[in-house]
Amino acid sequence: MTSFDTLMQQARACVDDRRLERVRAWKQENPGALAIGHMPIYTPRPLLEALGCLPVAVFGGGDQVDVIRGDAYFQSYICHIPRSTIELALGGELEPLDGMVFPAICDVIRNLGGMWKLLFPEKWSAYLDLPQNFDRRLGGAFYAGELRRFARELEARGARPLDEVRLRAAIADENARRATIDELDVLRRDEPHRLRASEAYLAVRAGSAMTAAEHTAFLREVLVAARERQTRKLDNVRVVVVGSFCEQPPLDLIITLERAGCDIVADDMQLGMRMIEGAIDAPSAGRDSVDALADAYLDRGAATASRYIGELVKGRALIDRVRAVRAEGVVFAAASFCDPALLDQPMLEAALQREGIAFTTLKYAENTGQFQTIREQAGAFSDSVKLWGGAA
Amino acid sequence: MSQERDNSQKRQKTMIADHFAKLSRAKEEGKKVVYTFVPGNLTELLSAFDVLPVLPEINALQSGMRGRSGRYIAEAEKAGHSEDVCTYVKCDLGMLKGGNVGPTGETLPPPDLLLLSYTGCFTFMKWFELLREEYNCPVVMLQVPYQAEGEITPEMRGYVVDQLRNEVIPALERLTGTTYDEDKLREKMKLSSRAEDDLVAVWESARHRPSPVDGYFGGVYYTGPMFSSFRGSQDAVDYYRELREEVEARISRGEGPTTPDGPMTQEKFRLVVEGPPNWTNFFDFWRMFSREGAVVVASTYTRVGGLYDRGFRHTPENPLESLADYCLGCYTNLNLPRRLDLLEHYVKTYSADGFLINSVKSCNSFSVGQLLLLRELEKRTGVPGGFIESDLVDPRYFGKANIENRVQSYLQMLDARMQRRAS
Ligand code: SF4
Ligand code: SF4
Repeated sequence: MTSFDTLMQQARACVDDRRLERVRAWKQENPGALAIGHMPIYTPRPLLEALGCLPVAVFGGGDQVDVIRGDAYFQSYICHIPRSTIELALGGELEPLDGMVFPAICDVIRNLGGMWKLLFPEKWSAYLDLPQNFDRRLGGAFYAGELRRFARELEARGARPLDEVRLRAAIADENARRATIDELDVLRRDEPHRLRASEAYLAVRAGSAMTAAEHTAFLREVLVAARERQTRKLDNVRVVVVGSFCEQPPLDLIITLERAGCDIVADDMQLGMRMIEGAIDAPSAGRDSVDALADAYLDRGAATASRYIGELVKGRALIDRVRAVRAEGVVFAAASFCDPALLDQPMLEAALQREGIAFTTLKYAENTGQFQTIREQAGAFSDSVKLWGGAA
Repeated sequence: MSQERDNSQKRQKTMIADHFAKLSRAKEEGKKVVYTFVPGNLTELLSAFDVLPVLPEINALQSGMRGRSGRYIAEAEKAGHSEDVCTYVKCDLGMLKGGNVGPTGETLPPPDLLLLSYTGCFTFMKWFELLREEYNCPVVMLQVPYQAEGEITPEMRGYVVDQLRNEVIPALERLTGTTYDEDKLREKMKLSSRAEDDLVAVWESARHRPSPVDGYFGGVYYTGPMFSSFRGSQDAVDYYRELREEVEARISRGEGPTTPDGPMTQEKFRLVVEGPPNWTNFFDFWRMFSREGAVVVASTYTRVGGLYDRGFRHTPENPLESLADYCLGCYTNLNLPRRLDLLEHYVKTYSADGFLINSVKSCNSFSVGQLLLLRELEKRTGVPGGFIESDLVDPRYFGKANIENRVQSYLQMLDARMQRRAS
């Protein structure tokens, strides 16, 4: 059995692989196959896998990249992830990617997609207009059409044709990965000392440039090693972190929260990997697996800021989550200038207040390097929750 | 100001005053009120159902012009809204907290329905989610796909029409207790298209030297009725006919546009502007240009409510398809390459000496990518661009001296360039 520490080192190496060496290697092993990058939050990776492509989640440059050229493309009041992504692209780091998907999450990612078309016209790029209407005949039909268009366009660029059998297999692989991530989340929830949030984060993020099957195998190893690991219980406060679904907090920020006395028992970091809550069902009669992918998004897409709430009650999903993971408080951690997260936040706060659930708020950038204030704030929060319970 | 201009202006003022008066009586008269957004607005459909629209963006900009927005924004931030997000939203929420008194001093009625025309801006969705929390009224969402590939496909059009038929129209039927009457809608569409023809003639008049109109600062007044509650009405037809006649009369007299200080006597610079204006210091901002003889011959902000000058018209034949094309075609629903094409077209068609980007902090929809637009447009046209930063309605982000300096240096640079070219 590989030791937990070794697995974490492997995961860390994957996360730090900014030059996409893994992707380069995969392309060498699969000559002619395409690697397709995708921005947060969600892109249906099984579709790409079924087309013989390697999906690669792109989260910008984090705290590892000095942004020089990227800053010349964005005003100071725009979040950090587009500038570090442009920096990587202009520096050639994203060169192994044959295409990029820009999912509909906010106007920044949307316009970044347009910038891509102007800056890299030779590369395939597409905007994924995720549905905000959740009726199968309306939003569902439109979205499934979008996915079929993607498949046609990629096929024209050398991907395999869309094939029902292969898509079913890719969905099965994705479901297995999803189930394994669920197991990881359960372990975090029940025994947070065995698997800290920062560790679970690395394990999930390691799969950014892996096929679902490969990632599942890796996660299973992490699970086995974590369960075996000798650790001691901590007297921490159980919190849910929300607002970090797109630009990722630096790993050190997550560790800072942990050191300040917080067990992060659920979060929305790298939400794309958990966007579909549960397995993608097999298609019903008369429908195919593209429809199944679309239906899964409509019916079981996670409640998040970029998804229209429809007739549902704002904040309900968060409260249910807090209860389900037996959390004692919520930490709103949003990237600076992140419109979706920051516009959502007052509504979520109001919902928490109504339920008497404690929360605190902080902002970060992916390249934040100073955590003193955050440590103090999180420490004060965890102390107050310990002392006063749920009172905000 | 010339008498002709006064007439269309007066007419517009009366139209607006009437509309707000109607709104203030709406509840007692049993009229239903629908809040909705400017881009992709369904004014003809709403008036076919005889409901009254309220456009929160217009209220916000009016609050900015009347010097109230700073207070409203502070109010919203105090209530927990982030300083990072769109100030239109915060201004609106602050206004609501302060009693929802509209621009004419009358109290606005609460909405009976929020029609979330989700066109070209992500923030719209959050804005109406926030309003729904306040008003607890029904919301109907119309998702308008983004023109990411620079074209409207049959699937996109079909999706919007299907939502109109299956979601929006039934919601309006439920609200009003009346049945959808397509003939009534067709009549409105006919009127819209007449007014649109005249608006296009006004935009295109800027090809003349001197330009008889300012297509940005003056332009925001010209778009007033078209972008708000009046499209599809005889009032709008009359307004645009009158405006067009006034502009044509100015051309025949060789007159330049009206400015806050009266008619511009000498046109020195012809500019294209990208991005919304600042509203808190609107006239100061305008004067920075008009006093230097700079006229804006075309702007993209005045296309957020429709690209009529690129050929779009509301048409009665297939009214829902036409409404769909309208929603899909608004400026902020275009991808960046298409926006660049449009700017290039304006610079060339209107023989602009320069172009200027006013990048507003509030609006990611407009602002993200503008620095790339600046470079690419310079490359494509050989015309130099200027870049300034401000905000829509947050007075904290209008640094008057700084902006004035930038505008002046830019115009001086243009002047030197033009003189070099002339000699
Ligand atoms: S961090 Fe927020 S605003 Fe920035 S790209 Fe991501 S979702 Fe959009
Ligand atoms: S982000 Fe821009 S388009 Fe959207 S509401 Fe604000 S100002 Fe309007």
